[in-house]
Parts: sequence; C-alpha cells; structure tokens
Amino acid sequence: MANLIFDLSKKGKCAFSLPESQIPTYNLDQKYLRSVDAHLPEVSEVDVIRHFTNISKRNYGVDQGFYPLGSCTMKYNPKLNEDVANLDGFKKLHPYQQSSQTQGALRAAYELQEYLCEITGMAAATLQPAAGAHGEMTGIMIIKAYHESRNDFNRTRMIVPDSAHGTNPASAATAGYDIAQVKSNDYGLVDIDALESMMDEKTAGLMLTNPNTLGLFERDIKKIAEIVHKKGGLLYYDGANLNAIMGIARPFDMGFDVVHSNLHKTMSTPHGGGGPGSGPVCVREDLAKFLPKPVIIKKDDVYELDYDRSDSIGMVRSFYGNFLVYIRALSYILTMGPDGLTRASETAVLNANYIMASLRDSFEIPFDRFCMHEFVLSGSMQKEEYGVSTLDMAKRLLDYGYHPPTIYFPQIVHESMMIEPTETESKETLDEFIEVMKKIAEEAKEDADLLHDAPHNTYVRRLDEVTAARNPVLKWEKE
Amino acid sequence: MRYIPVTDKDREQMLKKCNAGSIEQLFTDIPDKVRLKEPLKLPKAKSEMELIKYMQSLSSMNSNTDDYACFLGAGAYDHYIPSVISHLISRQEFFTAYTPYQPEISQGTLTAIFEYQTMICELTGMDVSNASMYDGASALAEACVIASSASKKKQDILLVEDVHPQYSEVVETYLKFRGINLKKVTVEQLYETDLSQTAGVCIQYPSFYGDIYDMEKIGEYVKNSGALFIVCANPMALAILKSPSEFGADFVVGEGQPLGIPLGYGGPYLGYFACTKEHMRKMPGRIVGKTVDVDGKTAYVLTLQAREQHIRREKATSNICSNQALCALSATIYLSVVGKEGFKQVARRCLDNAHYLYNGLLATNKFSKVSDMPFFHEFTVKPKEDISKLNDYLFENGYIGGLETEKGWLLAVTEKRTKEEMDDFIKKAGEFNG
Repeated sequence: MANLIFDLSKKGKCAFSLPESQIPTYNLDQKYLRSVDAHLPEVSEVDVIRHFTNISKRNYGVDQGFYPLGSCTMKYNPKLNEDVANLDGFKKLHPYQQSSQTQGALRAAYELQEYLCEITGMAAATLQPAAGAHGEMTGIMIIKAYHESRNDFNRTRMIVPDSAHGTNPASAATAGYDIAQVKSNDYGLVDIDALESMMDEKTAGLMLTNPNTLGLFERDIKKIAEIVHKKGGLLYYDGANLNAIMGIARPFDMGFDVVHSNLHKTMSTPHGGGGPGSGPVCVREDLAKFLPKPVIIKKDDVYELDYDRSDSIGMVRSFYGNFLVYIRALSYILTMGPDGLTRASETAVLNANYIMASLRDSFEIPFDRFCMHEFVLSGSMQKEEYGVSTLDMAKRLLDYGYHPPTIYFPQIVHESMMIEPTETESKETLDEFIEVMKKIAEEAKEDADLLHDAPHNTYVRRLDEVTAARNPVLKWEKE
Repeated sequence: MRYIPVTDKDREQMLKKCNAGSIEQLFTDIPDKVRLKEPLKLPKAKSEMELIKYMQSLSSMNSNTDDYACFLGAGAYDHYIPSVISHLISRQEFFTAYTPYQPEISQGTLTAIFEYQTMICELTGMDVSNASMYDGASALAEACVIASSASKKKQDILLVEDVHPQYSEVVETYLKFRGINLKKVTVEQLYETDLSQTAGVCIQYPSFYGDIYDMEKIGEYVKNSGALFIVCANPMALAILKSPSEFGADFVVGEGQPLGIPLGYGGPYLGYFACTKEHMRKMPGRIVGKTVDVDGKTAYVLTLQAREQHIRREKATSNICSNQALCALSATIYLSVVGKEGFKQVARRCLDNAHYLYNGLLATNKFSKVSDMPFFHEFTVKPKEDISKLNDYLFENGYIGGLETEKGWLLAVTEKRTKEEMDDFIKKAGEFNG
C-alpha cells in the first residue's frame, strides 16, 4: 500500500473543478511569478478519500474506546455540538462583518463568558486564547500588567510547583518571568513552609492547578492564597483539572485571581489529534480592564466589540479566538445545566476513585487517599522486581485496545502513570480496564519480555525515536 | 444525564468499593469554607430538541456568506471548501484523538502532519515546517521571538507597516512582555533604517492592503544587513507568486485559513510556520519526523521534542502545546483535492476576478487608486462616498462589502465570485450616493 498521498500522484489526475470563467484572464508580470510550481500531489477524489480513510484507521479516538489520558480529560465529544458548530450562521460568518450582522454570534460568545465566570466564580472573561497554554500566557500577562499598573516593576519571577504542567513555567517565561520552583511535600501538596519562605516582593505570583497533577486537592488553598496575597502576589489557576470541581468549589472562592479553562477538556470539545482547543481566561473584577481586546460588551441588548481599552494587554490572537470551538462548549454547558455539570464532576471523581481502589493490590499508589478526578500510580514495584517499566505496561495496554494513561508525568513520582477516566465512562468500561491492568501486572511477573516487546498487535510497533531526532527527516522527498 | 452512563445503582456499588459512604465523602479534602453551598446559576439543562432550537435561533440572527456574497478579506477569505474535507476530518479517528503521544496508535494523525509539513515546505520553499500554530498572527509573533533570540548581539525586531493591524498588535503584545524592542517603518523608510541592532525584519506578502512589493530588493537589503528575514505570506498567493525562498526568507509564516478552513467568525484557523534548516531546532511546537519501527516498517513520530515545554519547561522555545492539528489536516486534504494544477487555477481565478472588479470599480469614476503596485486577489481603493454608508447600501443589496481601513476600502475577491455578482456589485457601488 502506498504510504503517502504523494506516492499516489500521477500527472493528469485531478479531484477538483472550477466553473468556466466568463471574464478575461489577467497576466501578472512574470517577475512576480514563481519559477517552479509547488509540488503538490495530482490525485483523484477517490484517491483522496481512500488515502485519508485508510490512514485514519491507524488512529485511536474516544469514539472507539477508553482513553484515560491523565490531565487531558478525554471525555465523550457530543455529536449534537458538531451539528451546532456546522450551522451556516456560525460557520459561514466573516470575522470582520459588522456587529449588526453578527448579533447571534456575539450573544453566544457573551453568554459563554457569563457561564464560565459563574463556573469559576470570576467577574469577567476573554475567549481569545486559542488553547490552554495560550490562556496561561494571557493570564500571566494580565498579572504582569496588574503589577505594572501599580508602578510595581520589581516582580521578576513566578513560582510554579514541581508537579506543574510544563506549560506553566513555559508560559510564565513567554510573559517575561523567571521561574522559581516550589517543592511538593510528602503528601503530594505544595510545601507551605517552602512557599512562605520563597514568596516575597520580587515574586509576581503563583501558578497552581487545583486539584493538582497528582489528582489531589490542595487542602491548604486558603492558606496558600493568603501567603501569596500578603506579599502582593496574585494566584493563577490552571484550569486543566476543572473537571473535578464544577458546581462543587470555585477558583474565586479558593482565592484565585486569574483562571484559564480548557474547553477542549472540561467542556467536551473534540481534540482533533492535537487541536484546535480553546483556553478562555476569567479574572476577578479589578483585573477586567487588562483583558485582551476586543472585549464583547452588551448595551441595551445590543452586543458590540469594544476595542477602546487603554489598559488592555493587547491582542494575543487575531479576531476573537476559536469561535467554532467555543460554540460547541456553549452547547455542552446548556445541555448539561447546573445539575449535569455537578453530576459530571462527581462522577469523574467517583470513576477515578473506583479504579484506584480496584488497582490498589496490583500497583503502588504513592498518595493513597481519596483522589479527585484522576490519580497517579507508580510502576516502581514492577520496575524493581521484574524489570518492567511503566512504558512497557503502557505499550502493552495498546495490545488490549486501550489508549494508555499519561506516563512519566508528574515527574515527582517514579515510573508514574496518571489515570483520568472522566465521567462519560460506564462502570462496565472501568471494570474491563481494571481487569486488563491487573492482567498486565500478572504478565509483568510471569513474562516480562512480553511487555518489553509490546505492543504486538498495532499497525506499527515501537519506533526508533532516537534516530528520528538525530537525523531528522521532516518532509517527503521525491525519489 | 445523556453523557453520564453511571447509574445510581452503579454509584452505590462503586462507593462501597472505595470504602466511601457517600459521594460527599470523596470530596472531604475540599475545605468547607471553599465549598459551593448552592447550585451554579446556569440555565437548566436543555433537551437535544430544545438545544438545537435555541442555537438555531442564535445562528439565524447572523447574516452568513451563503446569503450575502462576500467581498471582505483582510486576513480571512471566503474560498470554496470542497465537500470531501468535512467528510474526512469528521472521521472520529482524526476528530476525537488527542495529540499523537502514542505513535503506535496515532499513525493517521502523524502521517497527515508529515504530509502537511511537506506541502507547507513546497509552498514556501523552506526546508522545514512545524505541525501548526494557533493562527497567522501568533505564528508571526513566535517567528519574531525566535529571530530575536537567534543572535546575542542584536535583538530588535522591525516590522514593515502594512502588515495586518491585528497581527501587528499580537506581535507587539508578545514582544512587549518578552522585553524585545519593536520598531515599525514603512516600506520606503526601510531603506533608510539602520538595521545594525535589528535581529529580524517582518513583512507581509502581499501586504495587508494587497500590494506586492519588490520582494527581491527588500530581501537583498535585509540580508545585507545581517538581519533575519521573516515573511508572512498568504498561502493561496503562493500558488502562483514567487515563493519566499526565492527572495531569501529565513522564516515564512502565515494564516492557513484559505486552505479549506471555514470563515467561522475568526476561528479555529491555522497558523503555519516554516523556516530554513538552520533554525530547525529552535522552531516552536510539534514537529513530525519519519522513522522505522522495530520491524523496520516506515512510521512517523513526534520529534525534536527537546525544544518543547513538556521537556524543557521554562527553557522551551515556546509554550505552545495544543495546536491546530485538525485545521492542518483540512489544509492537507484541501491541497490534495485541488492538487498541483487545481491550486494554480484557483489562485489565477482569484487574480482574474480581483482585477476585473478593480477595473470595474475604477471605471465608475467613484473610486480612485491608492497604489500603483501589482496585487493578487485583494486591493484597496478610495471611494468618493463614506465607506460605512456604502457598505450598508451594499448589504441591503445582498453584498458584504470591503473593510474600512486607514488607506481606503479593502476588498478581496475569491474564485467563488461570479461575473454576475461582480457586475452587480460594481453597479451598486457606482450608483451609491451617500
């Protein structure tokens, strides 16, 4: 089978036609024209359909089965929301159309902002950030703008926990901050004493995920907020784990000042193989003036885009963000309602605890207490006793038809495996997964090589990633 | 609860397994003082029928480009999207997968990205492309950041005005927070500007107003100064216009929306990012490379990850994680469908249409030229009448008119526009008396 679309190319094939032209052709001066055509494939429509259908079958999606990828909240993506995003009035709308022609779109965006503020407890929102990390960057820029608006230019660093997502320090760096890392204590939580000794007038704030990446709720959150605020810092909420607490607790009430949420996680929009996402940022009232422009405002039931924002950090993306993504999120929130969202968080937490309780005898659970919507187990025991790594076990899960959990993150747990089932999985699905995990634990004991060589049944098996990085081949070349 | 399959009875059994008496008990780590004591104030859950009706009511408040012929461009273009694209990208295998962290079960996405990277390299003439960025504006901003960090001695970035004003704003935001100096000059001023402290020069191609500058002359000037040359190009124009590698670009970025992605009120779109091999290991975002598996079978994998946030944290070349993979897939399918010949045909039709409209408008004597430069499918003219009122009048007649800009009325004409539409548009625009 041909591997790439380029291999199917044959001169004379075409999958496209234009209407006959009824106007004269225009000849641009030759000096402006390219000397060599872009080498694009020449293929038929059937070639295109078969090729992309065939390669798609080498993927694994949520519609196919369980996807307990920790921190990524791979919940079911409701089909209804696709129909909504495909409505002509949303899909076929130019971003520069006058607001009188786009009142429905602006209203949808405005309503979503209000709902996100209610869920997080915040006062104002922007939908401009295109992804979670983009939201983090935007939020940290807002924090910087806040300090500078108070003529406080001395704060040069941002604190992040050692268990934080890599995007946290990277995003703070894009906003121009140095990074200081606060360690976790023996309970997997922020070490309060360490934080207290680090927090000073040179620190702009603390970025925190709560529940954190170990799936544990930062019980001392009020104390943490107090420590940060007392020294004039602001507290940033990474919304990656918002799925644990909808309707149960709100970042604002915990003391957070700025929040981003990942609509492609918590609000069920599809991930599309790595994006598009959407990372709205919500802030407390006095920070609203720093939000990226334009801001959607409502005056006498008319919606407008307000560009006249002198304190705004500026734009972080063209236009108004990933509109068709957040239309899906709005549909989701309206479908779930307040009770549904709360039930979703409760069930997400129950599902995670159920798997954890069921695997306790087979794997080491480093922080063995009720978890939130995800938990981290360690493959240390398997590694030490049988020489089977977490990677081996993850690859073996592929043979059993599962997408593996997140592995080797957070880095503070050896041989970690972060499991997030989400609320859209049934008890039956969880039971089957639990059985397979136990079976893999048995296999590790009895036939380590079976795991070392896994996967066995996939389209390709383990890859040579070292050569790929050492001698990069990043595009197809004509032979 | 349509999307929650755990029944009340399941709950009981599962709680028992967890040694918990109630759901409440699972949340005991959340201190009482931060617990929400009342339900969220959100509208009550809508059934499927109610939801679709409500969203249709919002959708129908908008005037869409099927009902109104669109002559608006300025960074988002109303090109025809072949039917094949939505069918293929809707396949759940592409649609509901995460980032391809597990290559053994992600060869679909990885193969498509490898093809995408190849096509972007073909269009731009660059050596390497990443797997996508959020949009054209953020791609340009990231290119500026990388260019600025390429040299220890010079960090300033120079932006040739006439880039999309929003792109300019986004670049400003990104650079301001990084503490990188940004200077803006006109294309004429460029030749009198001292570039000794300049790490990179950015230019949009064709310009925001539609002009195609003498890129070879600009490229030569920039290269002679030792600065890196960043070109923000419309990929549709690259079907026929000189590829940026031909005038010495180091980075080529831009907005991929013209390649089969709906207008969607501004997003999701597709930032593309390509550069010369020299800057490969500084590129932001995901990159897919070719390799083999243990059996020697060809396969694709995320590579050069030592640049990225999940490995390098604050030392990463960018903070980007989620990108626009599905939009990159749309572009890949689009470029496969139109193919080598079709792509040029679409671009040429845009060129023909735009010049037909331009000449027609000038012939009414109600519009004057603002530039003598060549253009592709977008141009600016100065109307005698008030632009906002002119647009209102055209809208009443079924047209979405051009954008009001500092230099005049900015219009874009895609291959979708028919002779009838253009003739009538010219007539209406010419007859309008504010």
